[in-house]
Amino acid sequence: MNAVARKIVPRPKALNCPNCGSAIELRAMGAAATVVCSYCSTTLDATNPQLVILQRWEAQITVQPLIPLGARGKLSGGIWEVIGFQQRGIDVEGTNYYWREYVLFNPYKGFRYLSEYDNHWSFVTPIPSLPIPGKNNYNRETATYDGAVYDHFQSAKACTWFVIGEFPWQVKVGEIVDTADYIAPPKMLSAETTGNEVNWSRGEYLEGKDIWAAFQLPGEAPAAIGVYSSQPAPVDTRPGRPWKLFFIYAALLIGMMIFFSARALQETVLDETYTFQPAATGERSFVTKVFQLRGDKTNLRVEVNANLDNQWAFFGMALINDETGQAYDFGRQVSNYHGVDAGESWSEDDHADAATLPGIPGGRYYLRIEPETETPAPLASMRMPAPIIYNVKLIRDVPFYFRYFLGIFLLLLPLPFLGRKGRGIEQSRWAESDYGVPPNTIVWQSSSSSGDNDE
Amino acid sequence: MSQPTAICPNCGAPIRFRWSSAVQTTCEYCKSILVRHDVNLEKVGQVADLPPDISPIQIGTEGVYRNSAFQVIGRIVYSYDLGSWNEWHLMFSNGSSGWLSDAQAEYAVSFLSAAEGFLPLPQNVTRGWHTKQQGVDLTITTLTEANYEGVEGELPFTYWDKERCWFADLRSADGRFATIDYTENPPLFFLGEFIDFDSLRLVNLKEFEGWTA
Repeated sequence: MNAVARKIVPRPKALNCPNCGSAIELRAMGAAATVVCSYCSTTLDATNPQLVILQRWEAQITVQPLIPLGARGKLSGGIWEVIGFQQRGIDVEGTNYYWREYVLFNPYKGFRYLSEYDNHWSFVTPIPSLPIPGKNNYNRETATYDGAVYDHFQSAKACTWFVIGEFPWQVKVGEIVDTADYIAPPKMLSAETTGNEVNWSRGEYLEGKDIWAAFQLPGEAPAAIGVYSSQPAPVDTRPGRPWKLFFIYAALLIGMMIFFSARALQETVLDETYTFQPAATGERSFVTKVFQLRGDKTNLRVEVNANLDNQWAFFGMALINDETGQAYDFGRQVSNYHGVDAGESWSEDDHADAATLPGIPGGRYYLRIEPETETPAPLASMRMPAPIIYNVKLIRDVPFYFRYFLGIFLLLLPLPFLGRKGRGIEQSRWAESDYGVPPNTIVWQSSSSSGDNDE
Repeated sequence: MSQPTAICPNCGAPIRFRWSSAVQTTCEYCKSILVRHDVNLEKVGQVADLPPDISPIQIGTEGVYRNSAFQVIGRIVYSYDLGSWNEWHLMFSNGSSGWLSDAQAEYAVSFLSAAEGFLPLPQNVTRGWHTKQQGVDLTITTLTEANYEGVEGELPFTYWDKERCWFADLRSADGRFATIDYTENPPLFFLGEFIDFDSLRLVNLKEFEGWTA
């Protein structure tokens, strides 16, 4: 690096307004074209050291900027000083809408702007490019810049109502420019046309609290009103977003299901076949051998399978802890019926049944089983009824799928709500536009109407 | 890079060239504008007082453009209805030369190029005129009438004693930039791009009271 003598550009001296004599502080280091006296609103030529008067103007209204001139803030990777402020307005069918713009300056990086409408803010950067005009699939205007497609929102004539401070162009109260806004929330492209010169800029939506933090303003930012054109919809309501979240959580649940299934013991602790004579009298209940249930509190699956022929059987069961005597009572019913009616054979076969007992602590257990069935009619047959042969199988710690499917079902429930909320935000946003409806709306045009505005 | 030295024909101060191809320079001491004829220097004029300087760039500023290091070795100053701007003459480490303009702290780097096809005549130039140059669609967006204010340092051509100057600026959809410079006949064509201040990684900048770069 070659040595270069250190050169410091001094802060510009304050000058006096040639109209009212008030001190005018120059903050733009000479980069501004115009400066407007904060006291008498006279517009002066900032490129001329004598501050020649460009426009004398009796203040009709006075607007107090929310960020004072001279305040510095850190935004978008740079330090910016507020050097100018204006209020502009558009007339939409007889109603005036006003917004405010702050000129930001950094002697190295140049000019940026902040705009504020109903406490919605945008950080605006001039873009030295010409976005490409186009139409979307619904024949609505678009502008494409830097790979993103912006939907046309509103075109209007904007009038400057109030100005103070320094501006990089020749600002004038009463000046009217054509504006066109295109949105791709949280970004907005704006074109301002004066004569046949077009200036494009790109705004990035900011909340009041971001501005308050950046400029360390006292108190709290006033709450924003309504939905602003480039305000991003809450993340969860954007198109496709609810489904994306659904798939993420569903995949998580399925992953958990696979993980816990793989870890499940699935250990058969009892698998015995017993015989029960329906005609036998006396005590039917009996107890099985003692078996060990491993692990902490987890489930135990009971499967009962019986050979039945036009009969039912009920198995009253109790799982009893051999050490503490604690019992878990439950029962399983199985049945099998079949026959021929009017030449059609039919069957209802429920000869197997299963249940899962949740939360059984580990330990030594046995099962008490008491089989029951319909008592055979004593005279119906002299023969002994056929014995019921049944199998009881106990499996410790089986995978439990139902809760996962329930979880996935519950995940589906908010989707219609989020989708409707998202559509509601888009409807509110576009209600303020030239079209009244979002850009993906089919508008049926009658042959007599020009079609843009079907109010 | 050779750095030939010479003597100012006006005041006798040593004149050091940073760039061997420079055809014009200014004397740092007596502010004479000097044009090179082989080994001799001829005083052709005197640098006027330049308008108050608003640019962070100065002669000696160094930076990087598309991985090529450059040094600022000269400038032309213009004024127009929004103030003044500089066309900084850049010398790249490979010996080529380019320009960095800083109007209203909007920076663009450009290079003298041979225009493809015909450029509009000064009396016919209008906003909205389209051209395709090196595969880039460009449109005239701004016509600027400027006043020549002065020169400083080394330039690749003789340039001094101008008055009114006309420029047509062209833009593209993707940040490319071009200028048709009507101070010469036939007009000169410069092609380049707008560039973010931070990406130039400039050093040896001027300092602004109360600010850090």
